[in-house]
Amino acid sequence: MFDLIKTLAQTFGPSGCEKKVADTITGLLKGKVDEIRTDAMGNLICVKKGTGKKIILAAHMDEIGIIVSYIDDKGFLRFSNVGGLPPLIILGQRVVFENGTVGVIWYEENIDNVKNTKLEKMFIDIGAKSRAEAEKLVKVGDMAVFVGDTIEQNGRIISKALDDRIGCAILVQLALNAPKTDNEIYYVFTTQEEVGLRGAKTAAFGIMPDMALAIDVCDMGDMPGCKPMAVSLGEGPTVKIKDRSVIAHPEVKDALIKAATKKKIPYQLEVMLEGGTDAGSIHITAGGIPSGGVSIPTRFIHDAAEMVDMKDVENAVKLLAEFVKA
Amino acid sequence: MEALELLKKLTTLDGVSGEEKPVRDFILSHIKDYVDDYKIDNMGNLIAFKKGTGNSGLRIMLDAHMDEVGLMVTHINSDGLLKFQTIGGIEARVLVGKRVRVGEKGIPGVIGFKPIHLQESSERNGSVNKKKLTIDIGAKDREQAEEKVSVGDYVTFAYDPVDFGDNKLMAKALDNRVGCAALMELLKGRYEWDVYGCFTVQEEVGLKGAKTASYQVMPHMALILEGTTCYDVPDTQEQGMSTRCGKGPALTVMDRSVIADRDLVRFIASTAEQHNIPYQYKQTISGGTNAGRIQVNGTGVKVAVMAVPCRYIHTPVSVMDKSDFNHMIALARKVLETLPKSDAAKRCDQLVQPPAISLFADKGGKTYV
Repeated sequence: MFDLIKTLAQTFGPSGCEKKVADTITGLLKGKVDEIRTDAMGNLICVKKGTGKKIILAAHMDEIGIIVSYIDDKGFLRFSNVGGLPPLIILGQRVVFENGTVGVIWYEENIDNVKNTKLEKMFIDIGAKSRAEAEKLVKVGDMAVFVGDTIEQNGRIISKALDDRIGCAILVQLALNAPKTDNEIYYVFTTQEEVGLRGAKTAAFGIMPDMALAIDVCDMGDMPGCKPMAVSLGEGPTVKIKDRSVIAHPEVKDALIKAATKKKIPYQLEVMLEGGTDAGSIHITAGGIPSGGVSIPTRFIHDAAEMVDMKDVENAVKLLAEFVKA
Repeated sequence: MEALELLKKLTTLDGVSGEEKPVRDFILSHIKDYVDDYKIDNMGNLIAFKKGTGNSGLRIMLDAHMDEVGLMVTHINSDGLLKFQTIGGIEARVLVGKRVRVGEKGIPGVIGFKPIHLQESSERNGSVNKKKLTIDIGAKDREQAEEKVSVGDYVTFAYDPVDFGDNKLMAKALDNRVGCAALMELLKGRYEWDVYGCFTVQEEVGLKGAKTASYQVMPHMALILEGTTCYDVPDTQEQGMSTRCGKGPALTVMDRSVIADRDLVRFIASTAEQHNIPYQYKQTISGGTNAGRIQVNGTGVKVAVMAVPCRYIHTPVSVMDKSDFNHMIALARKVLETLPKSDAAKRCDQLVQPPAISLFADKGGKTYV
């Protein structure tokens, strides 16, 4: 499964430019599901037909990134954020554009307080010596993402974009495993989650499911000096109770716990104080859709190197395989 | 009436969010002669229908919001001065000393401020407290004020349009009467696709009208016509200028509310290049437009935003270059004419299709006109 995660995590796909990720997933699932379709928002919807309940399992394809807003005379790029970018941790990071152009993020060194530096005072250096040279490689409006290898070490994975390619990988693996059920399963790979849970909204409207789950990353509380949270890496995938965007529907939450208990799969209860998931926009679609979530505890979310535990990932696949039979 | 004359007339009308009727009545009185059908929905959106010449079944929504930012009377003091709240994003500093109209009767007033002679030295620096500002309508006490205005009355800025300088126009509410005037002009044409011209309400208070308008239209694609921020004055560094006056309509790649459809933005940019129409990209990602609401409607909509750069928007008077307005109309028209034959349109057919609608008689619904 590591290879699958690596393939997906290394594919370029900031919010609004998820096509390459969608194409990769289409290649992996073609012939393995009954139908694959796309909507105007770019959501990729893979259907395993059935006669029972319609269940959405959603993972977002987009990753955070930057967008070029201006190119100056000397060829330096000014930029804004696509999704939540903590300014401090991006200094010195490499970013890569869709065409492979690599740049380094730095800041105007004459400012006093580096910690509170705003993105407006930062720039990207792509090694161009003039505007004309830069414009051959990059245009205003182009997006770039972090550079960050995908590696496995001590049973843990370190990579860029695990938020939420790890969710995509789990769903692809699940679809390939094809759990036996009468329910109709919609593996939905959504767009533009990082900028406001946008794609999931139209995907859910087009499906009108009986139930939905968002498969995403969540914070943890087992790092030196971090905010307290009853979630640790390696202790199992989480069953979402709430995050900033949704309170999980009791029936969905209970079905997940029942599935985990039945198959003796370790799980943790997730109360996430910051951040939302696609469940947040799905559950208030149309007349309301019972929704919840399964998350992978993740360190350094939105950094160029995020970390998850492989056991949590594998257990998430097992948990979902049992859940979809509900 | 010429588009520019329409625009000027529109900027003299008052339509603060929630009270767009004067603007809507004016628009309707003009377009009803050349659209095929129209309706006014429960929120107050005016949705006009122009049947297409083709039979692809694809629907395009053109959106322009009618509302402007303004104020509302919240209390009448015993001395006859009016307390107020802002509606939409207005900063206190731009209100000081400005002329306003209050209520449906347009009672003249001024937002007064203590003259410099009477200010303590500490009052001369720092920001203005919105809560301390009042509107003076010249009434001697509450009783006299209540004869003319009441709590809940809308207040708008009282500035007439003026042509000036190098092909410039200054006026109130250019955001978004430029979009309204452009849309009125575009509806005169007939295109291959069914066109739904939506003059929407309550954009400035949270993109509200567009939500119900797009739900009724269920478009495949949408083009949002706007007036956007512009601050191309010398004390801004180049990278901080969101748009530039006189450099053509601005296309949005991304803002706080939306990432525009890349296919559609590319198509619009290449159409502009082909026909030698100037255009620019909006350089900052601040602000939001109805595109954010319309894009996530139904099964999803391919959206793009085209805007006239307007200096000093959300203040009593804003400034635009007339060429940008004319170029926006020209570009939007070319896009409407050529879009159906484009690759972007072909790809539209392969997507999840929005549900059928029966908004107008032509589609099996009621007759409104």
